[in-house]
Amino acid sequence: MIFMHLARIAAIVLRQLYLMRGSISRVLPLFVWAGIDIVLWGFITRYLNAITSSGVNFVPSLLGAVLLWDFLIRVMQGVTMTFFEDVWSRNFLNIFATPLSVAEYLSGLVLSSIATSSVGLIVMVALATMVFGLSFFVYGLMLVPFFLVLFMCGIALGILGSGVVLRFGPPAEWFVWPIPAIISPFVGVFYPVSTLPRWMRYISRVLPPSWVFESMRTIVSGKSIAPYGLLWGFGLAVVYILLACWFFTSVYRHAVRTGLIARYSAETLS
Amino acid sequence: MQARANERLQGKIPLMEKVLSVAQLYKTYGETVAVDGISFDVDRNEIVGLLGPNGAGKTTTINMILGVLAPGSGRISIQGVDIATHRSQGLQRTNFAAVYAPLPGNLTVQQNLRIFGMLYGVENLAQRIAALLQQFDLEKFRDVKCGVLSSGEQTRVSLAKAMLNSPQLLLLDEPTASLDPSVARDIRDKIKDFAGQGTGGVLWTSHNMYEVEEVCGRVLFLSHGRILLEGDPKTLPREHGKATLEELFISVAREPLTLEVG
Repeated sequence: MIFMHLARIAAIVLRQLYLMRGSISRVLPLFVWAGIDIVLWGFITRYLNAITSSGVNFVPSLLGAVLLWDFLIRVMQGVTMTFFEDVWSRNFLNIFATPLSVAEYLSGLVLSSIATSSVGLIVMVALATMVFGLSFFVYGLMLVPFFLVLFMCGIALGILGSGVVLRFGPPAEWFVWPIPAIISPFVGVFYPVSTLPRWMRYISRVLPPSWVFESMRTIVSGKSIAPYGLLWGFGLAVVYILLACWFFTSVYRHAVRTGLIARYSAETLS
Repeated sequence: MQARANERLQGKIPLMEKVLSVAQLYKTYGETVAVDGISFDVDRNEIVGLLGPNGAGKTTTINMILGVLAPGSGRISIQGVDIATHRSQGLQRTNFAAVYAPLPGNLTVQQNLRIFGMLYGVENLAQRIAALLQQFDLEKFRDVKCGVLSSGEQTRVSLAKAMLNSPQLLLLDEPTASLDPSVARDIRDKIKDFAGQGTGGVLWTSHNMYEVEEVCGRVLFLSHGRILLEGDPKTLPREHGKATLEELFISVAREPLTLEVG
């Protein structure tokens, strides 16, 4: 029985791999924009290093932050892109009339995202380390929880975005793409959260990436971090994944109740 | 329907294993009643035609059986498994092909069959796919993307997908609608063979009454979400004073009240 369940999850991943194979329009976005971001910010950090006399190295704080933030975006898009394949090929009726459960479907989206976001991460790490001299030794073992929290947050955002598109139809893709851009000012990718006005700081406290970027800057500045911050971020990320799964499942049940799954091209039925 | 149940009890119709049992199924869309308390069974070996004019509730019924549409009330069980409580278990024994649900056009025939085979938990999948490619004359399209196939070829791929898990219950929504007469006959023969093998039963919708008469052992006429008539397609028209099944269909579509049974 467990094998059967794994096979269903694997089917979602395999479908994505089939689509990737030989499709340049699917493969290039996995790393091109992330790579361009690293190149752009790599030169910006070099420039900042050159014009500031403080001796501060912007590479680990700024370029490292860009890399981590882009990783979150790739993870989120890994989930949504796999989901969108079913939207674009109008495949919901076929796929949800199989024994596949919502949990298995979401697991398939997450595993696909791990595969696709890894490509972007490898390219970003290669560029940042080999071209711009970013060293991950600066962050030490804390790099693991950094990536873990951001990965979980990306998964939560991806599932949330997929639920939004399932609920409101294909045009709602527009709501999904800007989500990282909307969040980024609050989480302090490029600056400390203390820079923000008070009301924005309140929001940043409940966003897991804020705790990652604050911790990262603390480490780079040579201070020791308070572990409760990252633990809080991890806990928040777990809660958001559970909430995102609940949201998607609720939307799916609504779609089954109203008939939207079978008539998805109508976009909305109520 | 009650008469048929009585005939069964009296032994005039042999008791067969039900692969599908639908009881008091009801569905509304807002104020519109799409399916109005229908009940019927499909037995193993049996091909049952679900007939009716557009909007009669055929596709709504099929969608509810497939678990992609929740009934307002009623019970659907596939081989005794209630799909409301054991959805995956029930759907593992089911499959379908519908003219409005082509397989993803950006995957090849073999890729689609492999993915759906995994979703349905088919064992010895490679051999099963090879056998179906041969059975549906799709070997030359094995590595062709479904999106570039003709509508008839796509229908054959959908049917091959529908046979992947050797379903106990096969749902076919106008499976021959886009096929030329020669291919349609071939497909009908394959479906009849499937039912004849005794592995499963078939629920079939079609607007081709010639086809229905040839293939179905029993038909259910739906109108406004209710089953108006049930019986043998070869004898049903005469029982209601019509010369052909097509005439009976037109009467159901235009004057359902004159045919309504209690």
